[in-house]
Amino acid sequence: MKGLKMKYIIAIIQPGKLDDVHSTLLELGVSGLTVTEVQGYGRQKGKSEIYRGAEYVVNFLPKIKVEVAVPSKLAPKVVDAIKTSSSSGKIGDGKIFTFDLADALRIRTGETGQAAL
Amino acid sequence: MSNKLSKLLIVASAAVFVSSPALAQEVPGHGVFILNSLLFLIGGFLVMFMACGFCMLEAGLVRAKNTTMQLTKNVALFSLAAVGYYLIGYNLMYPLDTWAIDKVFSGVFPAVAVMEAVGVTPDKVDDLSYAATGSDFFFQLMFCAATASIVSGVLAERIKLWPFLAFTFMLTAVIYPLQASWKWGGGFLDAMGFLDFAGSTVVHSVGGWAALAGVLILGPRIGKYKDGRVVPMPGANLPLATLGTFILWLGWFGFNGGSQLAMGTVGDVADISRIFANTNAAAAGGALVALALTQVVYGKVDLTMVLNGALAGLVSITAEPLTPTLGVATLIGGVGGVIVVFAVPLLDKLKIDDVVGAIPVHLFAGIWGTLAVAFTNADASFGTQIIGIAIVGAFTLVASGVVWFVINSIVGIRVSEEDELAGLDSAELGMDSYPEFSR
Repeated sequence: MKGLKMKYIIAIIQPGKLDDVHSTLLELGVSGLTVTEVQGYGRQKGKSEIYRGAEYVVNFLPKIKVEVAVPSKLAPKVVDAIKTSSSSGKIGDGKIFTFDLADALRIRTGETGQAAL
Repeated sequence: MSNKLSKLLIVASAAVFVSSPALAQEVPGHGVFILNSLLFLIGGFLVMFMACGFCMLEAGLVRAKNTTMQLTKNVALFSLAAVGYYLIGYNLMYPLDTWAIDKVFSGVFPAVAVMEAVGVTPDKVDDLSYAATGSDFFFQLMFCAATASIVSGVLAERIKLWPFLAFTFMLTAVIYPLQASWKWGGGFLDAMGFLDFAGSTVVHSVGGWAALAGVLILGPRIGKYKDGRVVPMPGANLPLATLGTFILWLGWFGFNGGSQLAMGTVGDVADISRIFANTNAAAAGGALVALALTQVVYGKVDLTMVLNGALAGLVSITAEPLTPTLGVATLIGGVGGVIVVFAVPLLDKLKIDDVVGAIPVHLFAGIWGTLAVAFTNADASFGTQIIGIAIVGAFTLVASGVVWFVINSIVGIRVSEEDELAGLDSAELGMDSYPEFSR
């Protein structure tokens, strides 16, 4: 069990792309994911808006953070699938980060490692 | 019961007579009294609901941390107006030709409002040719309360509750009724030919002047004007602000239509109908102009300005909703929309922080509407209208300024910096508007 490696992937994507990302991950057999509404900026920076005649800068734009734990073998495919399904080619599409995952545990049964995914 | 039935029969027979112009001009029997009273009651409860409109508009345009306080102020000011107007205001406003100072100060003051006796008979009513005193009091009270509602939005998010209510009492018991007596109570403004049908000046600009006096003493919200820039503080709930605007729009039919003050002849009913249609046209004009102008000036439509535009259109037509054609009414309202789009940023340049845009809507469009009377009503002159606007404006600004100054000197009208940053909901009330949502 301990020998089977896992990756933890965090993707920051445009809010409108969540459904596409979700369905491609389902097709790949990813067995679960966690989604959070977040705010932030990258190279895109913020944007300026107008309220009652006064311009102001919104520094942090709304994004979706998708977190998923997968077997290491599947990780390149998952990263590629997220990239393909969330890309519009424009600035502000987001980023994908991959981490080594030390362990996992399913709370109900106590299973650990890949069996817990 | 039989009394109610006979009233119904009279109304029914009145309807028959109204529809046949060959017969008498006025409805027979006590029809005039009954129909006029009915107009005041319907108009009155429509204007009453404007309190809800103001409340929702303001709740939508403040930030979430001040919502409960804004709701509290609105329900409190409306209730307090009922007491102030009963105790002092009504008889101060309607001296019925009993003046202590001729055409300036009521001689019936101070005296509480008194209605006719229970089950009064026609020979015992106060004025059989007009309407029930209860209906008149009810209708006029709602206008007084509307004036007070205008003030709360301007001063939102940083004024203390109790000092605000102390001012509200003075406004509804004394300041509003006194200046209203000069026009609607048959005072000197009325005598010199100043025209203000439903209150562009008497109600709306008075609310605006009172708020302006308050905001000059109160100052802007912390962080609103920083390093020479305007920092917008977007409202928390635009659906509520839009709902509030539509409610005000609806209530305005009672506000302007009821101000015909008579429904006993074909002419009166036709006039009320003209007023309804013109009132709606002006609101539409104000909204459309603000819609188009914000697109052109800022590159994007600003909903909050469109809402203000509709209200400015309504205020603009309020001084004369009867004589304009539908087209002219639309234009008069449209100018109100122009006023809003340019006056909102202008106030920000002057560092006058009006949270909901009530000063452009009620004060500036109120002045415009009062001037515009002279375009369609031959009885009005620009000179007299300007004099009326100036006298009411100077009086209200000074009187309100004195009251605000005194309250501020005694207890202070502004919350502490800490409380303002935390939000008035938790600081003053300890009650959030949506406790189960995290921010």
